[in-house]
Parts: sequence; C-alpha cells; structure tokens
Amino acid sequence: MIREFSPADVVYLIAAARWTVLLALTAMVGGGLLGLLVAVLRIIPLRPVNWLAIGYVNLIQGTPLLGQLFVFFFGLPLFGLSVEAWTAAALSLSIYASAFFGEIWRGSLQSVSPRQWEAGAALGLTYPQRLFYVILPQAVRISVPPTVGFLVQLVKNTSLTALIGFVELTRASQIITGATFAPLPVYLTAAVIYFAICFSLSQLSRRLERGLHAAR
Amino acid sequence: MPLVEMRDVRKSFGSVEVLKGVSLSLEKGEIVAVIGRSGSGKSTLLRCINALETVQSGKIVVDGIDVTAPGADLNLLRQRAGMVFQSYNLFPHLSVERNVTLALKLVRRMDQAAARRVAEQVVTKVGLADKLQAYPDELSGGQQQRVAIARSLAMQPALMLFDEITSALDPELVGEVLRVLEEVAREGMTMMLVTHEMNFAKNVADRVIFMHEGRVHEDGPARETLAAPRTTELGAFLSAVLH
Ligand SMILES: Nc1ncnc2c1ncn2[C@@H]1O[C@H](COP(=O)(O)OP(=O)(O)OP(=O)(O)O)[C@@H](O)[C@H]1O
Ligand SMILES: [Mg+2]
Repeated sequence: MIREFSPADVVYLIAAARWTVLLALTAMVGGGLLGLLVAVLRIIPLRPVNWLAIGYVNLIQGTPLLGQLFVFFFGLPLFGLSVEAWTAAALSLSIYASAFFGEIWRGSLQSVSPRQWEAGAALGLTYPQRLFYVILPQAVRISVPPTVGFLVQLVKNTSLTALIGFVELTRASQIITGATFAPLPVYLTAAVIYFAICFSLSQLSRRLERGLHAAR
Repeated sequence: MPLVEMRDVRKSFGSVEVLKGVSLSLEKGEIVAVIGRSGSGKSTLLRCINALETVQSGKIVVDGIDVTAPGADLNLLRQRAGMVFQSYNLFPHLSVERNVTLALKLVRRMDQAAARRVAEQVVTKVGLADKLQAYPDELSGGQQQRVAIARSLAMQPALMLFDEITSALDPELVGEVLRVLEEVAREGMTMMLVTHEMNFAKNVADRVIFMHEGRVHEDGPARETLAAPRTTELGAFLSAVLH
C-alpha cells in the first residue's frame, strides 16, 4: 500500500537523525583521540615514527570512505569477527576522521612559531611540557575553524553508512521513500535536518572561537 | 672553577662553519658584552652555551654541567643558564603572571602560592607590578622584554644570556630595558650579553669579547678594549658602529 508522507514520517526522520548525530559524535571523539596521537607522532623528532604516521594518513586519505566501510563490514567477518553495522560504521568513521584531524592539528601545531618551542626550552621545560603547555594551547585556537569544517563533512559523510544498512537519516529516508513513493518531500526534509545539524555546528564554532579568544 | 668554560668549540650549519674554534671562560659574577659584525657568530655562541644548538666538536661546561657530553641533562642546564631573546618570545596565551609561574610550577615543582609570590617579586623588580594580569599583546615591546627578563630571573639561574634584547625595540623603549639590565647586573648576576649598545657595554660590562668571523678576536676589560682596540678589525668595527 502506498501511503502519504505524513508528520509521523517527519518524526521518524528526526528520530533517525539522532543516529546520525551519535555516529558523528562517536567518530569525533574516537577520531579526535586517535587524531591527536597522529598529529603528535607527525611532529616529534623521531623519523621512523613520523614516517609511520605519514603512511597511515596517506593510506586513509587516499582511499574512499565507502571502501573503508566495506572493509570493516564485509572484511572483518572473513576473519571470524562478526560486526554489526553500527560497529563497522563507528570504527571506520573514527579512523577516517583520525587521519584528517591528525593532518589539521599537525598543521596547527606547526604554525606556532619555533621560537615558542625555544622559549620553553630555555626555561628548562621538557619536550612534552613544551608541547602541552606552550604549543598545544596556541595550536587549539588556530585549529578550531578547520576542525569544525571537517566535522561538518563528517556529519554529511555518515550518510554513506546507509549503504551497509545502518539506519541513520539517509537510510531512514530511503525506507520512507519506499513506502510513500514521495522522494522529494522526504529528501527535502532530510536535507533540512542535515542543515540544522551542520548549521548548529558552525554556530558553535563561532562561539568557541570567541570564547577561546576571550580566555586566551 | 669558572662558571662557563668553552674549549675549541666548532659549530657548522651544513657546510658553513660559524664557530671556528672558540675558547673562553667566564667567572661567576662577570658581566661580558659580546660584540661583532652581523654574522660573526655571536648568537650562535650564546645558543651553544645553553644547548639550543649542538656543536660539532669542542667542550662546553656550564656550572659543572658538561653540555657536550652525550646524555647531558639539558633541561637542568637551561635552568642554570637563562636566556632572553631579541623577540621576547613571551607565551601569548598566558598572562604575565602565568608566563612567569609556568616553569616555576612545572620545572621547579613550586605550588601555586609560592610560584605566585616569586612572580610578584620579579615582576615588581622590572617595574610591572600593575601588569601581572595583563596579556603580552596588551604590553609595549619594552614591557614585554622586561617580563621576559623577569620570567628568566624567576628561575634563579646561575647565568643569564641576553641576545640583542633591545634591538627590536623602538628607540624610546630601549632605556627602560637597559635600566632593568643594570639593576640585574648590580645584584651580582653573571651575564653574557650580545649588544650593539656600546655605551652600555662600556659602562656596565666588566669585559668585552669581540667576535670576528667565527673566532674570539679580542677579549679584554671593557673600558680599555673599547677605548684602545688592539686589532685593526675591532678598530674598524668600533668606528663603523660609533659613527
Ligand atoms: N639555523 C641556522 N641555519 C643556517 N645558518 C645559520 C643558522 N643560524 C645562523 N646561521 C648562520 O651562521 C652565521 C652566524 O650567525 P649568528 O646568528 O650567530 O650571527 P650574529 O653574530 O648573531 O649576527 P647578527 O648580529 O646579525 O645577529 C650567519 O652566517 C648565519 O647566516
Ligand atoms: Mg645574532
């Protein structure tokens, strides 16, 4: 039976959007932690470690996210590890995000003047102390806009997980379209929801930038 | 034992040798002005002393620490040999107070209250007690440089290295920084300063080292050396900077 696109469907889409948000948040936290590690491994004065981090970044940035999703979803079961769509989605998005965060933050760390490193050294601070108390706080401020820019991409990229059957906003839209044969209102509604999420993110970023500026 | 001892120190950047066998020693309490043309290796000399540069050969001992030995405790060395830079290099994200207390807390393991007392004391000494809560970008160049001196002083180093610390300043701000330097000198701090302020060198320094093409070309008491250079190179340098 074909039915009309109804307010109940809008509620259903909004409910599905919470999986979009949750997935993006998970990738943000997981990818963020891993990305910080990648950024630090990129800049510490240890060549082999730098190369390892560069290789990792190139591998992840040089392959499509969809491919990574499939590797986790269809590949891991081949090794006897059963993965649910959620697990595969969260894992691959986190890894994907870590490579991009790693590069964004490496750039931010390196844009702080080498003289700041020297000033820290001249006071007897150890390398990690220089990094965490002198360089990182300055790099954070520089990194907010590109980080949020990537987060917006990440939110939109969660839609790819629909292809492994994870029911988030895009998959939910497909399901409702199947029942109503009204793709236009369904996908327009989905687009509005994506926009609302991304727009709030960039507003948050503005606030954060102002806050960081006031607080130094 | 001298506070600083350098023996036949050689330093190259790539294929360019910048220090070509420098030997010198510095006694506790001495104030030495290092002068010389641009590119003669003055900054490199200072930076080798606190190991911001690693040398190719030779020996450097500072306050009993063998800087050139493998595995030397460079962080300890740098607590003993403070350095102030031409470009101030304050931490822009920290207030004046926290610029000073950061290393006290992290390196000297002082608690917040003790570190704060030291900060108040040194910042007052450089005449900026009312700026403790200000941020570096709210200060003039001269004020920033005085904070940088205070930050270094707070660590109670055995020796302070100053690399052209007034060169980036507007002329009217030079005086306030030199007065702070004189005050630090009066209190008996051992100081090595690269400077183009010949009057300051003459009046405040005990000794002058003239660097020329990567070597110590003249080394002697400040007044005599500046008044009557023994080499034609120093004579030429002095007449060039004084006129
Ligand atoms: N990091 C570096 N890499 C390559 N060359 C360098 C480096 N630092 C200094 N040099 C070179 O070493 C030489 C000596 O430099 P140094 O900074 O010690 O001179 P200086 O006497 O302090 O000069 P100035 O009065 O201009 O400050 C110069 O030729 C300079 O170009
Ligand atoms: Mg110099």
